[in-house]
Amino acid sequence: MEPVVDVRDLRRVYPLAEEPVVALAGVALTIEAGEFVAVMGPSGSGKSTFMHIVGFLDRPTSGYYAFGGRDVTELTEDALADIRSREMGFVFQAYNLLPRTSAVENVELPMLYAGVGERERRAAALAALDDVGLLKYAHHHPNQLSGGQQQRVAIARSLVNEPRLILADEPTGALDVRSTGDVMALFRRLNDERGITIMLVTHEPDVAAFAKRTVTFRDGRIVADTANLREAVLS
Amino acid sequence: MKRSVIARTAILALLRNRSRSLLTMLGVVIGVAAVIITVAIGTGARTSVSDQINALGSNMIVVLPGSLNQSGVRTGSGGASTLTPGDGLAIAALPHVSAVSPTVTLRAQVVANGNNWQTTVTGVAPSYTFIRSWPTASGTFIAQSDVDDSAKVCVLGQTVVNNLFPGGANPLGQTVLIKNVPFVVIGTLGAKGQSGVGQDQDDTIVIPYSSMLQRLTGQTTLASMDVSADAPANVDAVQAEVTTLLEARHGIAGGMPDDFMVRNLQDIASAAESTAAILQLLLAGVATVSLVVGGIGIMNIMLVSVTERTREIGLRLAVGARRSAILWQFLIEAVALSTAGGAIGVAFGVLGAVAVSLLAHWPAAVPLEAVVFSVAFSALVGVFFGYYPAAKASRLDPIVALRFE
Repeated sequence: MEPVVDVRDLRRVYPLAEEPVVALAGVALTIEAGEFVAVMGPSGSGKSTFMHIVGFLDRPTSGYYAFGGRDVTELTEDALADIRSREMGFVFQAYNLLPRTSAVENVELPMLYAGVGERERRAAALAALDDVGLLKYAHHHPNQLSGGQQQRVAIARSLVNEPRLILADEPTGALDVRSTGDVMALFRRLNDERGITIMLVTHEPDVAAFAKRTVTFRDGRIVADTANLREAVLS
Repeated sequence: MKRSVIARTAILALLRNRSRSLLTMLGVVIGVAAVIITVAIGTGARTSVSDQINALGSNMIVVLPGSLNQSGVRTGSGGASTLTPGDGLAIAALPHVSAVSPTVTLRAQVVANGNNWQTTVTGVAPSYTFIRSWPTASGTFIAQSDVDDSAKVCVLGQTVVNNLFPGGANPLGQTVLIKNVPFVVIGTLGAKGQSGVGQDQDDTIVIPYSSMLQRLTGQTTLASMDVSADAPANVDAVQAEVTTLLEARHGIAGGMPDDFMVRNLQDIASAAESTAAILQLLLAGVATVSLVVGGIGIMNIMLVSVTERTREIGLRLAVGARRSAILWQFLIEAVALSTAGGAIGVAFGVLGAVAVSLLAHWPAAVPLEAVVFSVAFSALVGVFFGYYPAAKASRLDPIVALRFE
């Protein structure tokens, strides 16, 4: 089976006036289907830039990137948007739920752009909310939910179109310890039980420990790539 | 993504911000209401002008005395006293002429029933009532025999009736002294109201023109002649025939200035209508400016909205919205706002026009074109002023937008 993410010699240079900033200085990484990868590193290490490129929100200056076996470096912006709507899910630090919009409608959002019919949309959104244990809050608005609940709605939104890959950018950055545990346990369960591929960016080792593999960035390069042995965290 | 889904997304976004959406619309609402009301008033005025002119008789041609050149001294219009009853008889014999009535007017103090009143005495022929579409209210009108005999009979306008015979006294058979000459009242005219220039047409006494010439003024010439063509289509032909005939009768060689004028009421009608049309255009122009100002209001709020919803836009792009979908969403929001504002404005405008016509007794009519135009124009305003904010939204960098605080 093709790897979900396959990048080779990926470089990203920001052409600033004074001196170009090299965010990624040649990165190679392969993520297979069913993996749960934590991407770590200090600020400015290039981990966020890497995640944006993997999520097609940014483009590499040079290098090779195949998503699900398909070379995406030459695709148009519209084609990338279409892939995002069908094969990728995003979870952000700030949840980014639409205000004054019910949980179920928030979860429906990616399917809106994937062209899924109304009835099918609603059914899938309710199922995804059930997956994250928030079915009874389907018609609550974000301001009626706690931070942890809002992030679980966001996770439901990321998995509603059964994506090939979920990208989570500091998903626990705004959460307290208990909610962090809930959210990470949820990611782990989705990975274990459903085999959903997850790439998670964090700077907290405790959070990274929920993943099965940790990739560490420094100065635009991968400096460590290790399998996590601490499976005991879950119990 | 389907357009209908984008449209629904846009409408939902507007409904989530109901009070702001309503306030944003307000400019367009006021603009469109202003357009509708001004056009309604203008149209009402035009209709009433043309009604008044039609009431005078749409087939009517008026022959007036012209200017006379005596040894190089030119009298003004009406200075020539050359129209005679004989001219009238000759005109009556022309084809397509259904009736001719000379008119001779005189301001005179009249006395009857112990009251006196100053009014306009008009000498006419029996056909006058037909040409002016002005039937009698009681009694009879002047007959040809009255003209032949220069009979001392008169027909009173309603204003004269009210002033000489107040309290409902029956004027028929009574005697009215006009310049001390007694005339017997044989009829009264129906109320005709004001003329197009605000003159009370009912303030008149009508007598045979022959009686006027022989018993009151002692002149032999006429103040004017009313000629009625047999159909509106023949008005121009009759006008040309009358001109040729009078030139021949008055011995005016080709190329010399005429000593008479032939006026056709359609000329007057179209002049009045074009004045009203210009006025209406001017009003509509002012109203359109306020509609454009309303559009700028929409652009303003849409720009604020785009800034405020930067994170939402970033999220939509991240979850797979194409840039065109964002563009369409915001454009549809702007157009929906302006079109809904236009529709509400039409409703207020129609109510306003009805209120104006009821309260100010000003005729008002809302033409369908005005409704269609103003709604279409407000939609256009939405497209024009919505495009810039929408384009701005669609060009946002999702990474920056998602981090926007």
